[in-house]
Amino acid sequence: MRVPVSWLADHVALPTSADGVPDAELVGEAFVRNGLELEEIHRVPVITGDLVVGRVLEIEELTEFKKPIRFVTLEVGPGHGVAPGPDGTADSVRQVICGATNFVVDDLVVVALPGAVLPGGFAIASRQTYERLSDGMICSVRELGIGTEHDGILVLGHVGQPELPPIGSDARIVLGSDDPVIELAVTPDRGYALSVRGLTRELASAFDVPFTDPAVAPLSVRSDPGWSVHLDDPGCSRFVTVRVNGLDSTAASPWWLRHRLQQAGIRAISLPVDVTNYVMVLTGQPMHAFDAQRLQGDLRVRRAAAGERLRTLDDADRALDADDLVIADDRGPVSLAGVMGGASTEIGDGTTEVVLEAASWDTASISRTVRRHRLPSEAARRFERFVDPAIAESAAELAAELLVRFGGGRVVGRSVVGTVLTLPRIELPVGEPERLIGRPFPVAVIVDRLSQVGCTVTTDPQGAGAEVPVETDLGVVDAGLRECDPAATDLGGAGVLLVTPPTWRPDLTRPADLVEEIARLEGFDSIPSVLPAAPAGTGLTDAQRRERAVGVDLAAAGLTEVLSFPFVGATELDALRITTDDARRRSVEVVNPLDAERPLLRTTLLPGLVDTAVRNRARGARDLALYEIGQVFLPRTDAPAAPQLSADHRPADADLAVLKASLPSQPVHVGVLLAGAAEPAGWWGPGREWSWSDAIGFARRIAATAGIEVRTVAETGTAPWHPGRCASVRVGDWPIGFAGELHPAVLEQLGLPPRTAAVELDLDGLPAAALPTAPAISPFPPVHLDVALLVDAAVPAARVEQALAAGGGSLLESVRLFDVYTGTGVPDGQRSLAFALVVRAPDRTLTAAEALEVRDAAVAVAAERCGAVLRG
Amino acid sequence: MSRQSDSPAPGSDAVAEPGQFAPTDAAAVDAAVEAALAAIGQAGDAAELKQVRLAHAGDRSPLALANRGIAGLDKADKATAGKLIGAARGRVNQALGRREAELAAEREARVLVEEAVDVTLPTDRQPGGARHPITTVMERIEDVFVAMGWEVAEGPELEADWFNFDALNFPPDHPARAMQDSFYVRGPGGRQTGAGDPGMVLRTHTSPVQIRTMLERKPPIYVVCPGRVYRSDELDATHTPVFHQVEGLAIDRHLTMAHLRGTLDHLAKAMFGESARIRFRPSFFPFTEPSAEPDVWFENKKGGAGWVEWGGCGMVDPNVLRACGLDPTEWSGFAFGMGIERTLQFRNDIPDMRDLVEGDVRFVHGFAAPPGPARPARVAPARTIREPGTEA
Repeated sequence: MRVPVSWLADHVALPTSADGVPDAELVGEAFVRNGLELEEIHRVPVITGDLVVGRVLEIEELTEFKKPIRFVTLEVGPGHGVAPGPDGTADSVRQVICGATNFVVDDLVVVALPGAVLPGGFAIASRQTYERLSDGMICSVRELGIGTEHDGILVLGHVGQPELPPIGSDARIVLGSDDPVIELAVTPDRGYALSVRGLTRELASAFDVPFTDPAVAPLSVRSDPGWSVHLDDPGCSRFVTVRVNGLDSTAASPWWLRHRLQQAGIRAISLPVDVTNYVMVLTGQPMHAFDAQRLQGDLRVRRAAAGERLRTLDDADRALDADDLVIADDRGPVSLAGVMGGASTEIGDGTTEVVLEAASWDTASISRTVRRHRLPSEAARRFERFVDPAIAESAAELAAELLVRFGGGRVVGRSVVGTVLTLPRIELPVGEPERLIGRPFPVAVIVDRLSQVGCTVTTDPQGAGAEVPVETDLGVVDAGLRECDPAATDLGGAGVLLVTPPTWRPDLTRPADLVEEIARLEGFDSIPSVLPAAPAGTGLTDAQRRERAVGVDLAAAGLTEVLSFPFVGATELDALRITTDDARRRSVEVVNPLDAERPLLRTTLLPGLVDTAVRNRARGARDLALYEIGQVFLPRTDAPAAPQLSADHRPADADLAVLKASLPSQPVHVGVLLAGAAEPAGWWGPGREWSWSDAIGFARRIAATAGIEVRTVAETGTAPWHPGRCASVRVGDWPIGFAGELHPAVLEQLGLPPRTAAVELDLDGLPAAALPTAPAISPFPPVHLDVALLVDAAVPAARVEQALAAGGGSLLESVRLFDVYTGTGVPDGQRSLAFALVVRAPDRTLTAAEALEVRDAAVAVAAERCGAVLRG
Repeated sequence: MSRQSDSPAPGSDAVAEPGQFAPTDAAAVDAAVEAALAAIGQAGDAAELKQVRLAHAGDRSPLALANRGIAGLDKADKATAGKLIGAARGRVNQALGRREAELAAEREARVLVEEAVDVTLPTDRQPGGARHPITTVMERIEDVFVAMGWEVAEGPELEADWFNFDALNFPPDHPARAMQDSFYVRGPGGRQTGAGDPGMVLRTHTSPVQIRTMLERKPPIYVVCPGRVYRSDELDATHTPVFHQVEGLAIDRHLTMAHLRGTLDHLAKAMFGESARIRFRPSFFPFTEPSAEPDVWFENKKGGAGWVEWGGCGMVDPNVLRACGLDPTEWSGFAFGMGIERTLQFRNDIPDMRDLVEGDVRFVHGFAAPPGPARPARVAPARTIREPGTEA
């Protein structure tokens, strides 16, 4: 919402700065204090020197140049010219060269005299040009710094039109070029603030000055009807028509009106359109003007019928929806109600009879139509927020009067159908503001602030339906009442105020809404700062601590955290060879993705990690160790349909359970990607490349951080992994993810280094760690024994290790594989696995013989289970 | 040693020792001591000292031999000679010990010098890792609240409309829904959601976690809800479609907007230093009434100390309480929320939002140390990281 300060100052007393003009900064601050977000204060650049209103006396067309040039004789007022005027006034005429052609004799224009400096340091001087002496300049809107138009010069009006500024007067005053424009962001609950009326009301309360409603004026009595209207749909509560006949639609809007619209960010179009827009900005009531001679029969408000179409004023032919509210005449829809008028009944140059419409529409219906037709408009913006139904008549009359004033004709009559809906009364306990805000509010303050908002405040002391008005002028309120304890006021047994919101505030429905009004007008700065004491908590949950610990550990291990967008497309999944029959292709699709190539929500962290790695490599990074912890989206095959639930009350637990179950499962995964060197080569010697074993190591490490031991099983057929270098990571038999090297072909296609490895684990799939019991620490010396076993090459080392552990029994403290050997001395198809055994008893020093017994028992089980043979 | 000295090997005395003297010959004893001390002083290293020890304190040293002669003396001389030889051997052994220590110290000093290295050599064999600043800032905020007894609540990013909008007092056709441009989704079955159909949306705020919490727990409730949220804004220097929030919710008896202000004042000080504080501007959110936008006073603001917009807040709307089965006349509460990316942008002077989301490891490493309160404004790398020619 853009509004010039001068327009506000017309209706409310504003604080002024030292030079007597309204202080835009203070006005802006007042809006912010009251809850209207200040976007910007637009100021017009300063013009110095003489800038006057001139009248075109004579135009000489100079044709000898490449483009049309005019030599213009101007009357610029006594003392501003160099030659006598037509009426003999001395020094009131001068001549200038002008390159524009959009004006005629007797037009009023803005003339900068020599010595003037226009915005941007543009100094005006007498100069010889086009073989004439140009003694000043006729200005365009852009040259004056009050807009961007530069198609021609600014024409203020034509001799004979009403309300023209005097010739020779200071054009700065006429232009209001010292008039800042305030731009505000209005929240959806404050539709009333989209008008000068609403904004001046806010300023009146902010500055505690009287408020006179610019939208309310005594209505002229009209005995004749405006136009006959039938409300066939409850989507319209009130419909006012005013008819004007004998209008000259081609009459120009006065400059001041056009300028105000321009300041408000609305383009001037024609007198009828400009007038309705002007009244809309002033009062908040959007209006439409029909050409009465192009209407056929009575108007009806109804929903569109199937198959109906309407060509709207923006020249779009629209198929209407059965939910669209329309205004129709005998031939069909003539307006998309409250949003945009129809082309068939548009005001044209020949229009002489006009029907002005000022109606009240259902906000939600307008909102739906706007979204359905993607047709935001100034009118719809107001109607979808709510327009005061009480001012429709006076707004329509004001528009009619302005039309007659500038376009001639006469007001024929007025019709009103429907009623002004009154808003329900709210019972406000006088202690409620203090209960929610945390500081006392005397009753007098409550009453006064609500009155400034426009509420009617009464009380019912006897509680017997005999309402008594509460004096609303703070100056008159009993001083005793103002000071007293709210709980003890004599306002009736319960200390309750009866508050009826004004017709323009349908958002005020509950005590909390009134409390906000009182608190914001009193100023949020007056709210004290008190730290509440929460009951003792139990800190982070185990899962939260676990997630943090995993992140801290991976970063400490040299990995860098990334947080990638969860959007993927078929291309990314194809590149990872995740085929269409893979469960990970079964994903949720964004209906309105930002990147049409990536509409799917991730089911795996790998595409994001790969993407980030590729981007980093494109920027010159060679070695990467990345991790990400984040949710993935896994649709359930058995998801129930979401129930339609009311928000008026708590839904039944069963319904909530179904609602939650209708959502995809969204477990937190942890992913790791390792590419290039794990350790660089350096003065210490050669470096080391990341490998599949690091990936599996990180998988174990992540699980260990979570307090869980995992085992790894060869995984041969899952994308995007190397079929011989990938482990399924399991808790018991329960798979929680994969770790290993990525498939060489995938790496080549992605441009990642060979041997790039990765991990993806379902962190939420890890069970909670059991409470650990303290290990028994033996104080006796261990016996270290090494065994080398020949086993079939296909036997996993882990199986041999498990067999040794099982065979060694409780005295075998640990088994560690320290060498894997194939070659001389080892038969083909076998390998030698060397294990270091630690044997120790909790209660005594073992003898060498006892230790060897343990070793032999261990080897025996390895032989039995894995075919292992002790190497000589 | 004592055994050997008590019973010398047979035939070892076959050769007369030079300088042998009587154990009562004080002058000879003194001379032997002087000779020993001189030799000890001249020993240049451990090996030489060993030889000296053998020659002057060994079994065949003059003093040892003289000592052996004591046994054959008469009783009166025995005592004198014992004292004499004992003192002499003591002096020699002391000198040996001193010299041994001296030589060890000299050797150690020399070896340590020889072992000196260039301590400026690079030591980053294992490249360092780093957590993302978004994570660490979120955790820091969580920790501030956990320290006050609050708990941390989380929920799914893909949410039911009911949790994201309806229960938060967004009427179905109200313009407020358009304030938060949403990503709507369809499931793999092709079920379209949105307009009329109770559907799913990528949550536009973490407020649905507040709803879930109010439905699951009984008041008093004091929770913070960190997490990732989505709005359909194009990625540019100041917007990202995927970002993070920390929201807070407190429901109790007698909670007021003063408590809200106190809580945010406390958080502001924890995040921006002691000088930080909060002011409120009236605003509108469907889920709070009254609603406010907090500004934080930030000492290290770029261009000079000043107020910075920092999220939204207010008293929980009675309709929201009702949707969660809480009686608004019995319970009251407040809620607030801040964008983490935005917080980082002004707190750590990050000129381009894209740096926060693109996962450039250089950027993340700029934040490798855990961020404390009110750090100097420039922590992030000063330049924008971007490969040439890839951005419009």
